[in-house]
Amino acid sequence: MTKLMEWLLFAVLFFSIWIALISENVNLHFIKEWKQFVLFLPPVVLFVCGLYAATVVLYRTFTFNNCEQAAIELQEQIEEAKKDLQTKGIVLKCK
Amino acid sequence: MVERDQTKKDIKELARNDKYSILLPTYNEIENLPIIVWLIVKYMDESELDYEIIVIDDGSPDGTLDMAKQLQNVYGENKIVLRPREKKLGLGTAYMHGIKHATGNFIVIMDADLSHHPKFIPKMIEQQRYLDLDIVSGTRYAQGGGVYGWDFKRKLISRGANFLTQLLLRPGASDLTGSFRLYKKDVLEKLTQSCVSKGYVFQMEMIVRARQFKYTIGEVPITFVDRVYGESKLGGSEIFQFVKGLLYLFATT
Ligand SMILES: Nc1nc2c(ncn2[C@@H]2O[C@H](COP(=O)(O)OP(=O)(O)OP(=O)(O)O)[C@@H](O)[C@H]2O)c(=O)[nH]1
Ligand SMILES: [Mg+2]
Repeated sequence: MTKLMEWLLFAVLFFSIWIALISENVNLHFIKEWKQFVLFLPPVVLFVCGLYAATVVLYRTFTFNNCEQAAIELQEQIEEAKKDLQTKGIVLKCK
Repeated sequence: MVERDQTKKDIKELARNDKYSILLPTYNEIENLPIIVWLIVKYMDESELDYEIIVIDDGSPDGTLDMAKQLQNVYGENKIVLRPREKKLGLGTAYMHGIKHATGNFIVIMDADLSHHPKFIPKMIEQQRYLDLDIVSGTRYAQGGGVYGWDFKRKLISRGANFLTQLLLRPGASDLTGSFRLYKKDVLEKLTQSCVSKGYVFQMEMIVRARQFKYTIGEVPITFVDRVYGESKLGGSEIFQFVKGLLYLFATT
């Protein structure tokens, strides 16, 4: 089963349950009390998921590790390499 | 320190029958190539591992190939192997071209632009040897990894793309677009044969297919320092290509 199929299956399942609930086929006291909420469930779920995604992505963007140290180390090694390569007789491209 | 030496001895013992072929595809990397080769030699010699560096240059107009020849004279023909091609034929086929000529039983793929630091190669080898993994992938997104020289916008796009990829594909590896990886040679051969995508998406597809084939994948956190010299070769249609490739994999795997 492809990932797309998995998602479709889940969506179909979700909407079947939802339609069953709003069309009052299921006669639960609980559903009646929450009728308004159940009616707006899909957009609410979508909104919450969107909010979650945005929060996670933003959080990870702000906490994306800045490897200052790695850049410094690399710069030093570049200088070291250039010197060593020149003593080995390699003509580097001047800049 | 003593512990470190012991680990080094263990790895050397475990890898004594192994040879690592390091593929360096280059296009206009005349400034970066000598440095990256110097660094690879430094870290591989320190770890006392058997290796070869295969330079696949696609007729760079800046004379990268001449530089590679100079390096070959210094480090020897068995360490630096030149497999140039006439003209720019793309990264994906450059890898395949390199694999064909590789004599090692393990292959390391990395960029030659210094954004992938060779100090991580022994770490990948260590993890591979201890767990007998089929693939070890470098990751910028895990704890201990990171990037340097990226502005907010690039970080946001990168994180967003990564989130979407994880959500849609659930690949079981945290960095799908990175190209710093260690493969068993036969595993890489099988993967390149079964992958159809090009460019960025190619790296992504490799991991997805690897999961399909039930290969084991390990991860080593890497620091990615943006290229110092030279120019980026990837154009503005990058994001569009990425989304297209992602949806393709989403619908077909
Ligand atoms: N042989 C060969 N090498 C290539 C080709 N295109 C890119 N490369 C090399 O592949 C590596 C990765 O390419 P980059 O241009 O750095 O791509 P990138 O890392 O996604 O982008 P930047 O780091 O932002 O430039 C580098 O070592 C390039 O020199 C090609 O057509 N043929
Ligand atoms: Mg690069």
